[in-house]
Amino acid sequence: MLRDITLGQYYQTESVIHRLDPRVKLGGTLLYIISLFLFRNFLGYGAAAVFLAAVIGLSHVPFKFIVKGMKAIVFLLLITVVFNLFLTPGTELVSVWKLTITVEGLRTAVTMAVRLTMLIIGSSLMTLTTTPNNLTDGMERMMRPLKVFKVPVHEVAMIMSIALRFIPILLEETDKIMKAQIARGADFETGNIVKRAKALVPLLVPLFISAFRRANDLAMAMEARCYRGGEGRTKMKPLVYEKRDRLGYLCIFVYLAVGITVGRLRF
Amino acid sequence: MSIILNHVNYIYGEDGPLAVKALDDVCLQIPDGQFVGIIGHTGSGKSTLVQHMNGLLRAASGHIYFNGEDIYDKDFQMKKLRSKVGLVFQYPEHQLFEIDVFSDVCFGPKNLGLDRREAELRAFDALRKVGMPAELYYQSPFELSGGQKRRAAIAGVLAMSPEVLILDEPTAGLDPKGRDEILRQIKELQVRTNMTILLVSHSMEDVAEYVDRIIVMNKGKVMYDDVPREVFSHYKELEKIGLAAPQVTYILHALKDRGFDVDVNATTTGEAVETVLGALGRKGTYI
Repeated sequence: MLRDITLGQYYQTESVIHRLDPRVKLGGTLLYIISLFLFRNFLGYGAAAVFLAAVIGLSHVPFKFIVKGMKAIVFLLLITVVFNLFLTPGTELVSVWKLTITVEGLRTAVTMAVRLTMLIIGSSLMTLTTTPNNLTDGMERMMRPLKVFKVPVHEVAMIMSIALRFIPILLEETDKIMKAQIARGADFETGNIVKRAKALVPLLVPLFISAFRRANDLAMAMEARCYRGGEGRTKMKPLVYEKRDRLGYLCIFVYLAVGITVGRLRF
Repeated sequence: MSIILNHVNYIYGEDGPLAVKALDDVCLQIPDGQFVGIIGHTGSGKSTLVQHMNGLLRAASGHIYFNGEDIYDKDFQMKKLRSKVGLVFQYPEHQLFEIDVFSDVCFGPKNLGLDRREAELRAFDALRKVGMPAELYYQSPFELSGGQKRRAAIAGVLAMSPEVLILDEPTAGLDPKGRDEILRQIKELQVRTNMTILLVSHSMEDVAEYVDRIIVMNKGKVMYDDVPREVFSHYKELEKIGLAAPQVTYILHALKDRGFDVDVNATTTGEAVETVLGALGRKGTYI
């Protein structure tokens, strides 16, 4: 039941995109997201769609799998579209009772929907093709300049990678606890809000206890291996740019140049 | 009154990249009052199998009948099935949550809609049946030892008065003494109440002494399904799938190879002692 959440999940397969340096993917995703907000016409989104389709094709992640992860945000998308559609003032297009759809409203709603969908597909593609460890490695490396301002970059990265690592573990644990309590007749699905909140106690107590126990064990294991924070710590596999990474950056910049030139034209 | 599985299949991660066939065309019949051991290596599908029997997992295809009713029928009451087929999971930490052992055991019967008096009486009865020392009834379940936690967890399911009790690795992580105690208590319970019991384990040693029938699972398939002595006669094949026959089987086979006239099919330590003594007696040798 809980395993159906694919947002932020890693999809294991072999592809060029999977092998790219995480910094390329992080930087690329960031630039791609910014580009989505710079376009003034639909040609720009066309360019973005072509770029996105190319990356999806190269990544070997089935499109069906990506779309499955989108289900979670359909509701959010709908709210955005509905509000923009009905609440934007401008030239009237259709009017039924108190609801009016304007030309501007339709335009913004469609733009918003396209923008949000592409934004989410783009960023979930990054997490689908990058292992959490790689992702935090990339972030740590990219944020290194912030050390000058006394930002504890290594510690933040470590906290993030531990948090990410624990998500699947705790999900699986939740699944098991739920099953154990359902086997004892617990009911998580029916009743009003108060009853449902109460029904969560038999789930949350074992879950919290297990989370604390695991945190304790992990801390102990890290201590036993002499972990003392990031000072003087080296990497077994340091991130090094290779030919394909430079090529990756080139592709992103070509896309940006083309997209922004075409996308910012005024007709 | 029994459980029947008819061509049951189950697949984990169906459309993901790592789909695993966890149950592969499983057909089984569990009659009433039997004490069954389900054995298999890690990942052989034994836990998946028992979770089908109380409807926690739904088969991709195939049918499961409980007391003559198809549990996948639209108007079948899953909740009722779960009170009739009690499943105790491997880790008691996954189900203990109340402030004391006694209220935790009351959780199951209360969920059945019983009133306080009835629920508490059942809890007392269940705790007594699993041999929980009375001075621990009002202790926090988190402060108990591994064996006592296991007892509390079993009592929590037993308090629902199931007709079938399924225990998933009830001895994992216990020392040999704690293991024997729990298993003996389960056997006693089975003899006294004639309850159907399914015991999931990866250790032959665990089940050999107690069960009437052994089901060996391998890669989602039922490999052997027979009385213990028949299953153990395949001890060479069992080794190939990462299982081992009980130690007495090895000793008896070694003795036989060296010319002693022993019955290699003895499964329990008691039987082994008897046949060895018999063989020695006939030879007229005394130790």
